[in-house]
Amino acid sequence: MNVIETKNISKLYKQADQDIKALNDVSINFKKGEFTAIVGPSGSGKTTFLNTIGGLDSPSSGKVLIDNNEITKLNSNQLIDFRLRNIGFVFQSYNLIPVLTAKENVEFIMLMQGSSKSIRDKRSVELLKSVGLDDQLNRRPNQLSGGQQQRVAVARALASKPKFVLADEPTANLDSSSTSNLLDIMSRLNKKEKMTFIFSTHDQRVIDRANRIITLEDGKILSDINVK
Amino acid sequence: MVTIIKIAWRNVWRNKLRSLIVITSMVLGLWSGLFAVAMSRGINEQRVKSAIDTYLHHVQIHNPSFEYNLDINSVIEDPTCVLEEIENNSLVKAFSSRIIISVMASTAHGTEGVKIIGIESEKETSFSEISQNIVKGNYFSKTKSKPVIIGQKLADNLKLDIKKKLSVTFVDDNGDIQRIKFKVEGIFNTANSIFDGGNIFVKKEDLIDLFKNKYATHEIAILCNNIDDSNILKENLAGLFPKNKVETWKDISPELGSVQEIMVWFFLIFMSIILLALSFGIVNIMLMAVLERKRELGMLMSVGLNKTKVFLMILFETIFISCISLPLGILLSYLMISYYGQVGIDLSIVSKGLEAFGMKSMVYTDLPIDYYFRITILTLFVTLISSLFPARRALKLDPAEAIRSL
Ligand SMILES: Nc1ncnc2c1ncn2[C@@H]1O[C@H](COP(=O)(O)OP(=O)(O)OP(=O)(O)O)[C@@H](O)[C@H]1O
Ligand SMILES: [Mg+2]
Repeated sequence: MNVIETKNISKLYKQADQDIKALNDVSINFKKGEFTAIVGPSGSGKTTFLNTIGGLDSPSSGKVLIDNNEITKLNSNQLIDFRLRNIGFVFQSYNLIPVLTAKENVEFIMLMQGSSKSIRDKRSVELLKSVGLDDQLNRRPNQLSGGQQQRVAVARALASKPKFVLADEPTANLDSSSTSNLLDIMSRLNKKEKMTFIFSTHDQRVIDRANRIITLEDGKILSDINVK
Repeated sequence: MVTIIKIAWRNVWRNKLRSLIVITSMVLGLWSGLFAVAMSRGINEQRVKSAIDTYLHHVQIHNPSFEYNLDINSVIEDPTCVLEEIENNSLVKAFSSRIIISVMASTAHGTEGVKIIGIESEKETSFSEISQNIVKGNYFSKTKSKPVIIGQKLADNLKLDIKKKLSVTFVDDNGDIQRIKFKVEGIFNTANSIFDGGNIFVKKEDLIDLFKNKYATHEIAILCNNIDDSNILKENLAGLFPKNKVETWKDISPELGSVQEIMVWFFLIFMSIILLALSFGIVNIMLMAVLERKRELGMLMSVGLNKTKVFLMILFETIFISCISLPLGILLSYLMISYYGQVGIDLSIVSKGLEAFGMKSMVYTDLPIDYYFRITILTLFVTLISSLFPARRALKLDPAEAIRSL
C-alpha cells in the first residue's frame, strides 16, 4: 500500500528570460514505514518536490495521491486542513512559535485538531520524552539550542499522528553531534512507530542513515536506491 | 481560540519597546485630544457665564419693535403690570428695568457711538457683574451730578478718566437733538472688551425725564433662581404679555448656546483626526510585525493553521494594543480634566487676547461622561478597522513562498 503516489508531476517556474522546470515528469511511490533521503545538488528540485507532496505547492501538471486521495484537487482551505491532519512538517528553521513553550508548541497542533486537554497533556509530554526533552517542557524556543529546537519540531510533527513526516534539510543548521542525535531519534521513531520519514539533505552522514536514497538532478530522478 | 488569543497577547509583548511606543503614543494622543476638547468646553462655558452675568442675564423683555435699532419710542407695553408680575413670580431671583438709548458719546478727543443704559443702580448690583468689575472710581455712590460708569476700552478710546465730563448726544422721542453731560464716576473692565467699548451706564432717574411715562422702560432683565427655568419663565411671561417680546439668553445670543452643540461635532471630528493619525501608526507597526514574522506565519500556515485563525491572531494583536491604550488614555484624561476642572488653568499670560472674545483668564476644564463613552466607541471602531489591514496582509502570505525563505 502506497502512502504517497506521484503521477508525472512537473513544476514550471516562469521567469522573464527562461522557464525553469524545477520538477520534470516525476512519478514515484512511497510505502509506509520508509526512511527516505532525497539528495541532489542545490537547485535540483528537492524543496520543490517535498513542498509538492506536502500540499504546500501545487504541481503545474500531474497528480499527487496520498492514501489514494488526490490532493491536487483540493482547494487551499481543504489543503490546510489536509496538512493539519495528515502530514508532519519539520523545516530547516523557524519551526516553533517563539512565544509558546516547548510543550505548548507540541500541544498547539493537537489543539488545532481539536483534541481534548487530557490527551494533549499526555501526548505532548510523551512525545517530548521520546525526543529526550522531558526536562525542558516549559522552555521557550529561544531558551533551547538549535538541536533541541529541531527535536521539539520533530515531536510537534508527530503530535498530529500524521501519515508521514516531511523534513526539508532538518539538520542543515546543526552541528554533528546534534545531527546524529536528531537522526537517532528519527530512526528510532521510524522503527518503533513505523513512522514514514522523507527528508532532504546535503549531509553524507545523514544520507548514510537512510534506507532509501532518491537522487534528483534538474528536476528528474537520477537514481532510486533501496539500501536494505 | 483561547490559544490564538494567548499567542496574540504574548506577541504584543515580543517587541516590548515597540509596543510600548505605540501604546504611549495612543495614550498621549487620546489624552491631548480629550484635554483640548475639555479645555475649549471650559473656555466656552466661561464665555457663556460671563456673557450672562454682564449683559445677557436669563430672560429679557422688550417691545417687539425695539430690536437692535434701539428706537427710543419702543418702550415696553404696560410696564407696571409687567413689573408687578415679575416681582411676584417665584422663578425670579432678581430683575432690573433699563432705559437704553443709542447715543454719540464725545469728548475733546473724539466721538464714539455707544449704548447708554439707564439702570436702577441698586437693583442691578444684585445680578449684574458690572458693579464687581469696577477697576477705577466707584459704582454709583451718592453723587448728585449725573454720574456715568464707562468701560476701560471707551475710557482709552476717548482718553477719559474719572471725574472727567462726557457728553452724549441723541435724538429724543420728539425727534429733537438732545445733549446731556455726565461725569465719569467709575470705570469697569469685564472680560469682554467689545462690551466695554460700547456700553455706558447711568442712573435710570437721570434719563426718565425724557419720557412722559415715568415708568418708561426699554428692557427688563431677569435672573432666574435656576438658569434652566429660563424657558418656563419666558413662556409664562410671553403668555401674559403678548404685546411684549420675551426672550431667553439663548434666543438673544443663539451662537452662545449653539456652540455647545457644535462642540460635540467638533469633538468627534477632532478626535477622529487624532485617531486616524494614531491608527496609521498602528497599521504601520502591525504591517511591519507581519512582514517580520513572514516565515513564522508561513510555518503556521504550513502545519495547518487556517486562514481564519491567522487573520484573528493578527486582529487580536492589534486590538490588544488599543485595549491597553484606551483605558490608560481615558483614565489619564479623566484625572487631568477633573483636577483642572477644580483647580482651573490660569491663562492670564494670554488673557489680553482672550478678553476680546469675552473670555476670562481662568479656565476650568469640563468634559461630560458621555464624551468618554463616545471616544471609547470611536477608538474601538477605528482600531477594528485599522486592524483589518495587517490581518489581511497576513492572509496574502503564500506558505510555500514564506517557508522557502527559511
Ligand atoms: N519561486 C520560485 N520562482 C522561480 N524559480 C524557483 C522558485 N522556487 C524555486 N525555483 C527554482 O526551482 C529550482 C529548484 O529549486 P529547489 O528549491 O526545489 O531546489 P533544492 O534542490 O531544494 O535546492 P537547495 O539544495 O539549494 O535547497 C531552482 O532552479 C530554483 O531556482
Ligand atoms: Mg531546498
